[in-house]
Amino acid sequence: MSDLDTRERVLQGTAPGEGLAIELIGDGDLVTADMSLSIGPAHPATHGVFRIVFEMDGERIVRARPVIGYMHRGFEKLAEHRDYRQIMALVNRHDWLSGFANELGVALAVEQMLEMEVPERAQWIRMLMAEWNRVLNHLMFIGSYALELGAITPMFYAFREREDIQHLLEAATGGRLHFTYNQVGGVKIDLPAGFLRESERLVGVMRQRMPDYFDLVHGNEIFRGRTVNVGPLPVDVATSIGVTGPALQATGLAEDARVTEPYLQYDKVEVEVPVGANGDAFDRFDVLLRRIVASIDVIDQIHGHIGAGPVNQKLPKMVKAPEGWTYVRTENPLGQLGYWLESDGGRTPWRLKMRTPSFSNVQAIPYLVEGQLLADAISILGSVFFVVGDIDR
Amino acid sequence: MSLLLAGAYAPSESLLDSFDGVLVPTLLKIAFITVMFLVVPLVGGYLEHKGMARLQARRGPVEAGPAGSLQLVADGIKFIQKEDIIPRAADRRVFALAPGLALVPTLLTFAVIPLGPGLFALDLELGLFYALAISSVSVLGVMMAGWASANKFSLIGGLRAAAQLIAYELPLILVAATVALQAGTLSLVGIVEAQQAFEVPGLGINLWYVFPQVLGFGIFFVAALAELSRPPFDMPIGDSELVFGYMTEYTGIKFAMFLLTEYAGMIVMSALMTVLFLGGWQPLPGVDLPDGLLGTFLGAGVTLGKVMLLVFMMVWIRVAYPRLREDQLQRISWTVLVPLSLLNLAVVAVGKVVVQ
Repeated sequence: MSDLDTRERVLQGTAPGEGLAIELIGDGDLVTADMSLSIGPAHPATHGVFRIVFEMDGERIVRARPVIGYMHRGFEKLAEHRDYRQIMALVNRHDWLSGFANELGVALAVEQMLEMEVPERAQWIRMLMAEWNRVLNHLMFIGSYALELGAITPMFYAFREREDIQHLLEAATGGRLHFTYNQVGGVKIDLPAGFLRESERLVGVMRQRMPDYFDLVHGNEIFRGRTVNVGPLPVDVATSIGVTGPALQATGLAEDARVTEPYLQYDKVEVEVPVGANGDAFDRFDVLLRRIVASIDVIDQIHGHIGAGPVNQKLPKMVKAPEGWTYVRTENPLGQLGYWLESDGGRTPWRLKMRTPSFSNVQAIPYLVEGQLLADAISILGSVFFVVGDIDR
Repeated sequence: MSLLLAGAYAPSESLLDSFDGVLVPTLLKIAFITVMFLVVPLVGGYLEHKGMARLQARRGPVEAGPAGSLQLVADGIKFIQKEDIIPRAADRRVFALAPGLALVPTLLTFAVIPLGPGLFALDLELGLFYALAISSVSVLGVMMAGWASANKFSLIGGLRAAAQLIAYELPLILVAATVALQAGTLSLVGIVEAQQAFEVPGLGINLWYVFPQVLGFGIFFVAALAELSRPPFDMPIGDSELVFGYMTEYTGIKFAMFLLTEYAGMIVMSALMTVLFLGGWQPLPGVDLPDGLLGTFLGAGVTLGKVMLLVFMMVWIRVAYPRLREDQLQRISWTVLVPLSLLNLAVVAVGKVVVQ
C-alpha cells in the first residue's frame, strides 16, 4: 500500500463528528520508521546484565523483547556435581540479595527427603534470618526503584539501614551477602551472645524509620505521578504468567507461601500479607514497603518464640538423600522460590530444578510495557523487582 | 547590535570603565567575566557536592584540598587527561562543535549580570532580553550533540531537550516581561535600581519584586530548572533511562564543557533571579549599601550570597524529588505555568496602571 492510499484510508475512516484520526504512517516525503532501542545488557536501569529490546515509535514502545541469559552460570548443572553441603554455598548466589532464603529452600528439600526433624530453635533462627534477609532485600529495591525514577536520595537512606542489618547478620553468619548459614538439619552455628538484643533494637529502629520511607517516596507528588496507573497488571494475567511475590500481591491476590502453605514455624506466627488494588507500579512499590513492615512484625513475634536447645544435629560424614524427589516452595523476598530436587540416592542430586521468582516475574514485562512511553517502561521495569542472577541462574 | 547599544537609554557607568584608555577597561572586563565564569560555578559545584552529601547522610568530597574544596579542580584536571573519543559513526565536526556551542552562550550571559553597584561588564538597555535570548542558544549545542553522536540515547535526549526548551521559554519570558513592566526598564542594572526605589503604595515600605510577584518568582524558578535540565526536569539526561542523554558519547574535556555549562547555567539563572526578584545587591529591603568601593564589594558579596542560596535550593530539589515524565512536564508548562504567568502579567499591568 502506498503512502497516498494510507492517507485516504485514514481520512475516509473518519465519520463526521468523530474528529480526525491522526495516525500518520508516512506522508511521502518523510517516512517515519520504528526505531529499535536496546536497553542493556549494560544499562543503568537494568541493574545487572538484563537486556530488553524495544521497538519504538518516537518515545512510545510498540514491542518489547527481553533477552536473557547474559549471566547464565549453569547453577542447575553445577548442583548436580556438588554435595548438599556445597550446594548451600552455591544457591545463595543466584539471587544475591536473598542468599539466606535461597539456602533455606535447599535445606528444607533435603530434610524433607531425609524425613529429618529439625530442632525447634534452629527453625526459629532460620525464620528470624529469613525475615531479616527479606527486609534487606526490600530495602535495596526501595533505593534502586527510586533511583530509576530519578530520586537519588532514598538509596542512601536505604543503605544506612541495610548496613545495620548486615552487621547483625554478619555477627551470626560471618557473611554479608552469601551467608551459607543453613545446613542440613539446622543452622551452622548458634547465635552469638547479644544477638537477640541487637535484633530487638533494630526492630525498634526500623519501626521508627519506616514512616520516613513512606513519606520520602510514597507521599511524593512526582513519585505518584510517575507510578499511579503505570503498568497495571490484572490478576488473571499475573497468575497465568506465574508472577509471584510483591508483584502478584499488588494485583490484590493475597498469595504468600508463608500463609497458604506454612513451612518452618510460620503457622505459629501471624503473617500479614499486604495487597494492592490495581496492580500498577505504585501498588507494587506500596506492597513492597508494607511487606517490610509485615516482616518487622514477624521478627518481633519470633523474638518471643526462640527458646533454648540445639541448633543442628549430628550428620553422617556424607549426607545422601534417598532415592526419590520432592518439591519445596518458599516465599523468597521477590516471590515464590521452588526447588525440585530429585535424587538417585547418591551424594549429589540427580537434578535440582530451580523455579526462581525473578524469572517468572520478568515474563510479565513485555505485556506491561507495550504501548507505554520509554520513561514509563523504566518505571515498570524497576517495579517488577528482579535480580538478574535470579533470572539467568 | 546597534539596537542593543544605541538609543535614548543612558547606561550606568561601570566601575571598570573608570580607568583611562581602552585596553585596561577591556582587559578588566574580560578578567571579570572569566572569573565569574570559571570560579563562581566551581563554588556552586562545591556547594552541590557538599549540600547534597549532607542531605543524603554522606560527607561528600573530603580528600582534595581543605574539606574537599578542590574536588572540582581535581575533576577538571582528570577530564583534561582523558582520551578524547569520537564515535566512528559520529558527525565529527558537529560533534566537536556542540559542547562549545552549549558553553559560549552561558559565558556571554555573564557580560550583563551586575554583581554590585558599578560592578558589571556591560549595562545594555536590553540587558534582560539579551540574557534570555543568548542563554537559549545553548540548547542548540545540546541538540547538535544529540544528533551528531549517532547514538539513539543521545538522539532521544537531544529531542527531549528541544521539546523542553520550547515549553519553558514561554513562561520564563512572560515572567521576565512582567518584571520589566513593573520596573519600566529592560536593563538589569535598571531593574535592581527600580527595586530599591519600589515602595508599597500608601505604606512607603521598600520591597523587592519577589513580594508582589511571588507567583512570578515561583514560575521563573521552575522554568529555570527546566531550562537547565536540572532535576526534577532532567529528562534530557535521565541517567536511568537514557544512560546520560545527549552527553552519553562525550568524554574528557568535551564532557567537562557540558558539565561546566550546567553549573555556569545554574549561576546565570540564579543571578537573573537575584536581579529580577531579590533586589540584586541590596542586602535587605529598605537597607542600602554604604557608598564607595566598600559598598561595591559588599554588594558583590550580597549578590553572590543570594545566588548561592538559590543554587542550594536547586540542589535541595534535586535531592528531594524524582524525575518527571516528558509529557507531564509539557502538561505542567502549557496548562499551569503559561496561564499563571499570563495572569501574573495581567495583575501587575493593571496594578501598575491603577497605582499611577
